[in-house]
Amino acid sequence: MSEQTQHQASHPASHGAQAHHITSPIIYVVIFITLLIFTGITVGASYIEMGVWNPVVALAIGVVKASLVVLFFMGVKYSTRLTMLTVGAGIFTFLALISMTLADYISRAWGLW
Amino acid sequence: MSDSPVILHDTSEAAGHAHGGEHPSYLRHHFESVEQQADTTNFAMWLFLLTEVMFFGGLFTAYLIYRNWYYPAFVAASHQLNIVWGTANTGVLISSSFTMAMGVWCSETKRKSGLVLCLVLTFILGLLFLGIKTIEYSEKIEKHHVPGFHYSLQSFLDPDSDEAAKAAGDKPLPLDVARHTEIYFSLYFAMTGMHALHMIIGIAILGFMIFRARAGAYTTGHYTFVENFGLYWHFVDIIWIFLFPLLYLISRHQ
Repeated sequence: MSEQTQHQASHPASHGAQAHHITSPIIYVVIFITLLIFTGITVGASYIEMGVWNPVVALAIGVVKASLVVLFFMGVKYSTRLTMLTVGAGIFTFLALISMTLADYISRAWGLW
Repeated sequence: MSDSPVILHDTSEAAGHAHGGEHPSYLRHHFESVEQQADTTNFAMWLFLLTEVMFFGGLFTAYLIYRNWYYPAFVAASHQLNIVWGTANTGVLISSSFTMAMGVWCSETKRKSGLVLCLVLTFILGLLFLGIKTIEYSEKIEKHHVPGFHYSLQSFLDPDSDEAAKAAGDKPLPLDVARHTEIYFSLYFAMTGMHALHMIIGIAILGFMIFRARAGAYTTGHYTFVENFGLYWHFVDIIWIFLFPLLYLISRHQ
């Protein structure tokens, strides 16, 4: 993992140095502007009649925005494999729980409330 | 730790500390290296955030199911939210995430005044978010859209009497359908209220961090606290990224 071995130039590989990726402010600025643009897009899209696709588009844009925050602001893209696995396990568990709950509702009481 | 060249016949106390003064003071003795300490703390923070994902996930699931069950009521009720305030708050929160990310960078690169500035900006943007939320909540209180004994169905039984409902072109709902708008507002207040509580906790911690940062606490090379607080703050931002379209946007057209 090349990222892990990147030391800051000012630190020799001593015990005190944190082997840690430092995300450049340029990336933060680019992500910030991208997030604002996507916010504009999602508000604009809500004014277009798309029927059942309105929520789908809104959630898809939400997923893109959340992914940008997780990968860059939260630094998961440059993190250890343990962190990536932890985040992946969280998303997987969340999706598994939500689909099991929905499967239960759809297959039993749907339309009978 | 044990593979360093320790001179065995040296009976002085320094022999116990084979690394000489190389350890930074913030390295706890049960960790092998600063890197391991930082990774461990980071892992723990992520585990905490996963429990938060599950917590908010339950609220989102409840919203998903109730919205499908009581669809016309949820559509009419969501027309009561002000899209301008919602969009403004999304911008405010994304900006605060950006200033927080810059704060982490300042801490990593040991820029003390930059870090203090970023934390103060994040603090102010957090308060601004809560201020806008207060305006929105007070609108709901004035219209008696807070679930409870004083809940009013007027905006939904007689949409022409309500500006927001009229603007959205709402048709009058039958009483049994209109009653379900209260469920929308229960979820609205539960979700945005829990989100706001997370903001309040975050702002309180930010206030503490500003004092510590001014004293130079996070610009010594030990930036774990700032980094992990950043994770929390960005997580709260992500919750809002989903709350905003689900509560404000997706029912604009029905």
